[in-house]
Amino acid sequence: MGLIDRRMGIFLTGLFILTVAVPAGNLWMEGQPVPSYIVSLLGKYLCYALLAVALDLVWGFTGILSLGHGAFFALGGYAMGMHLMREIGDRGVYANPELPDFMVFLNYQELPWFWYGFDQFWFACLMVLLVPGALAFVFGWFAFRSRVTGVYLSIITQAMTYALMLAFFRNEMGFGGNNGLTDFKDVLGFDLQSDSTRAGLFVLSAIALAGGLLLARAITTSKLGQVLVCIRDAEDRTRFLGYRVEGYKLFVWVVSAMMAGVAGALYTPQVGIINPGEFSPANSIEIVIWVALGGRGTLVGAAIGAIIVAAAKTLLTGWFPEIWLFALGALFIFVTIFMPKGVLGVIEGALAKRPKPQPDGKEAEV
Amino acid sequence: MTIFRQCLAALFCCLATLASAQSFEELVAQLPEGKFAERAAVVAQLGALGDPRAVPVLEVLLEGNLHVLKSNEAIVAVREVGSDDVAYDALTGEEFGIIPRRGSSKIRVNNGLRRDIRAAIGTLTLRAPDPALRLAAADAAFRAPNPDQLELLQSVRSDESDSEVAEALDYAIAATVLESDLPDEAQVAAIDTLREMGNQDALSVLTPLLQATNPVMAAAAKDAVAAIEANQRLWNMAQNVWFGLSLGSVLLLAAIGLAITFGVMGVINMAHGELVMLGAYTTFAVQEVIRASFPGLFDWSLLIAAPLAFLIAGGVGVAIERGCVRFLYGRPLETLLATWGISLILQQTVRSIFGPNNREVGNPSWMSGAFDIGQMTITYNRLWILLFSLAVFAILLFVMKKTSMGLRMRAVTQNRAMAANMGIRTGWVDALTFGLGAGIAGLAGVALSQIDNVSPNLGQSYIVDSFMVVVFGGAGNLWGTLAAAFSLGIANKFLEPWTGAVLAKILVLVFIILFIQKRPRGLFAVKGRAVEN
Amino acid sequence: MSIQLSLDGVNRSFDGFKAINDLSLTVEKGELRAIIGPNGAGKTTMMDIITGKTRPDEGEVLWNQTVDLTRTDEAGSARLGIGRKFQKPTVFETHTVEDNIALSLKDDRSVWATLFDRKTAEQEARISEVLELVKLDGDRARLAADLSHGQKQWLEIGMLLAQDPELLLVDEPAAGMTDAETMRTAELLRDIAGQHTVIVVEHDMEFVRALDCRVTVLHQGHVLAEGSLDHVSANEQVIEVYLGR
Repeated sequence: MGLIDRRMGIFLTGLFILTVAVPAGNLWMEGQPVPSYIVSLLGKYLCYALLAVALDLVWGFTGILSLGHGAFFALGGYAMGMHLMREIGDRGVYANPELPDFMVFLNYQELPWFWYGFDQFWFACLMVLLVPGALAFVFGWFAFRSRVTGVYLSIITQAMTYALMLAFFRNEMGFGGNNGLTDFKDVLGFDLQSDSTRAGLFVLSAIALAGGLLLARAITTSKLGQVLVCIRDAEDRTRFLGYRVEGYKLFVWVVSAMMAGVAGALYTPQVGIINPGEFSPANSIEIVIWVALGGRGTLVGAAIGAIIVAAAKTLLTGWFPEIWLFALGALFIFVTIFMPKGVLGVIEGALAKRPKPQPDGKEAEV
Repeated sequence: MTIFRQCLAALFCCLATLASAQSFEELVAQLPEGKFAERAAVVAQLGALGDPRAVPVLEVLLEGNLHVLKSNEAIVAVREVGSDDVAYDALTGEEFGIIPRRGSSKIRVNNGLRRDIRAAIGTLTLRAPDPALRLAAADAAFRAPNPDQLELLQSVRSDESDSEVAEALDYAIAATVLESDLPDEAQVAAIDTLREMGNQDALSVLTPLLQATNPVMAAAAKDAVAAIEANQRLWNMAQNVWFGLSLGSVLLLAAIGLAITFGVMGVINMAHGELVMLGAYTTFAVQEVIRASFPGLFDWSLLIAAPLAFLIAGGVGVAIERGCVRFLYGRPLETLLATWGISLILQQTVRSIFGPNNREVGNPSWMSGAFDIGQMTITYNRLWILLFSLAVFAILLFVMKKTSMGLRMRAVTQNRAMAANMGIRTGWVDALTFGLGAGIAGLAGVALSQIDNVSPNLGQSYIVDSFMVVVFGGAGNLWGTLAAAFSLGIANKFLEPWTGAVLAKILVLVFIILFIQKRPRGLFAVKGRAVEN
Repeated sequence: MSIQLSLDGVNRSFDGFKAINDLSLTVEKGELRAIIGPNGAGKTTMMDIITGKTRPDEGEVLWNQTVDLTRTDEAGSARLGIGRKFQKPTVFETHTVEDNIALSLKDDRSVWATLFDRKTAEQEARISEVLELVKLDGDRARLAADLSHGQKQWLEIGMLLAQDPELLLVDEPAAGMTDAETMRTAELLRDIAGQHTVIVVEHDMEFVRALDCRVTVLHQGHVLAEGSLDHVSANEQVIEVYLGR
């Protein structure tokens, strides 16, 4: 069980080629074979892939089905968005050097305290990790200690993101309400509209995804990773062996939330907007289908699943907008009933000469 | 001149219809004549006559707009429109046309006469045959108390037979007394009357008295204001409880089907909200058909829609169970995902058929309007929905506890293998249980179509709430669902005045999240070793 | 001999049903004790209370006469040295047989320690030793899910041994085993006793006889009789509620 097994090796190689080819095709090649919008689009997919890896860590390996991972993603996105808003400075419509446009519009007299520090890039980066991490810690500390598991946990994670969505929709919260944060100009002095900045963000996203995959892989191949699987398959047994299950869950939950936060932080500058819609429960459930489609508990599969679904969404909503929800809905049903191991499971099953029987874990004979 | 002919015609017309009340016309004709004192007598006679048509004439006179046309001595209302004088029938407001400048002479009034006119109008309306008019007049007298009218009010009050109007008159008299210079005892008695009135209007009369120089009055007013405010707090609370019950009934309706599928069967049905939506669209479709073909049946539309919605949503439910959920028993998280997929498909189907916008679902006549209890207002649609939700709950309870179907459902959910051995066809019981939960969601949709926007997103807005209700109440316990729905509804409405609607909802959500940490099995959990394992 | 575990006046009810009713029981260090009783006698609840899964409503549960077991959770009791084998064999099905044993070895259980853990040669040796003992050394690379029911029972016993607990709570180990395996299990448990304290809950009278140890009969959450198997078999109350039904 090395850090880089075959599937990880293939995926990282592919990712590396993409990371070189896409910026090259966009910036330096004759006739620009890769248009600029494709660069940002692919960058967005890579952010989704990182988010899917984060979810796979808790769902695939630990058995915690989070229906609220979009909340950590959005919080990371907002943390970065707040920095980008401060970066605008006096170039906004109201040319207020201190207050973002929406605050001037809403008659704020001064910057709310929770916006302090976001003018510093390093501070924003820290918050990208700390805010989702802190929310995950508090939420997880309560939930795991009191042994909320299974669907109950799923439902309250959904309630969590729903409550946050309602909160962020309010203008009084000081995060731009309905419209969210947008009209970003530049980051660290680089113009967000320029091709080179976009290509840079794309490369950063690829690096973050590779880093996230390797970190998740390192965790899951450690003894701790084995304990996580034990928790997933037989939580009680794990406790009776002396493992404090709640501590393990909390650890992986917080790590996963921070990964999701990083994904959100890279997403915001590439998409150019972050709004409360990102908190909607529907978005969070969609992440789950990425992981399920790719193959839960495979990490690489989760990333592939995210990219497949996101690309299909872009294409289908472009060609036949009516079809998309039908397709997505059918995907949910098909994958859960007919493809419990996901695309990766199917491919690897077909490749393996003599597929190993792997019963589904819990059912023991009576 | 055609105008004058018209005026004449109108007058004759009046005369003809007033054949029995000739004296009314004669009195009106006497208005321009004589000294103020004589005309005051005429006004008083008009008032005493009790003919309601004197009211508009007197009002015009009061404004100083009643004129006599020089040409034929007809009495008309004259108003300036632009630079022209336009004559109107003083009785009906019908326009006669432009009259020449100086073609008419104004009937003059002075302050003394104005007072008499007002009194006459008061008498007329206060003695109008229609109780609604009398009530309005009494209210007007309350709002603009005039000590000169006191005697009139008192005499009207002694003749009044309608209790509601009599009460309004009492308040008007009290307000008038407070404006008068009657002795303290009378004033204090009036304050007491207003204290019994006990609403915002009473407060607005009493509050200025707090500054009264007369200490007796100020003290009495202070007492009364305090009493009224306490009373109002009580009514406010009652109103909040009502709003809470109303919200609770909506939550109950949305959650009760889920209490069956999730609570009893343990199946997470994320498409539950969409089944509610199907019920709402069934109502819409039924109303469309009725509007187009049988307009007379509109008041019956909900009664027709309810069984249809139950069957349609229930049928879709059975299809979901047979086609999807049954392959996933024992895998709740997978069930959750698959049913979410179904919810997306149902949403998009409805959107493709009915379009993405809100559809108009009408209220039948028996569901529109409102009535007052004390100082709270209760709308009929909310009341019916509350009753409906309780009825659905009662029927469901009956089905689950008293019928053989319910017995089978409980048997299958408690011990599938044993139930199968006893000859119960577990597959069909599952399908029917799921269908029952789904059908009830459809019924909920019929009710919710009356108070919410009917759009393809209708279901989405209820799914989180209804899961919260079931989880809070304790899965598997119908009474728990009932208690949870109403307590969450009331809690929400009591928070709202302080925090606003959205924050109240957020707080309730946060509370439930924390509550589940403390009691993961809800309010009324089924305890025991069997459950823990 | 000193006392390993003592329960004194323990009560626990579920929704008014008294699962454990004034239960008092003492087990000495190194003792092998069989607990028998009809269904619903409170055997599993008793184990739950000892391991901290269930809290008693009242009563005292003491470990080594000092540690209050009513205040520990499952992991805490395991760390104290209480190992438990479930009635239904519970192993980590998606791990290999070897990993199942490795994860059970006595070791630092904190999150950080497991994150950076590396297997030592000593641990490897111990794993092989345990696998040999439960006759699974030929299957060490197989997934636990692929084992037969009896093998899973053995694997779980192996996990228990790897944990090296002071006290073993063993719930119906013979269920699903062949006669020969049953006898071997009894032999194994007899061997372990001495260095370890062992409490066995069992229905199978042949198995209990093979254990050849002190027997406690539970009935309605209360100790009905205690002594050698022959002694309790002669007890009229015991015959009435259990043996002679």
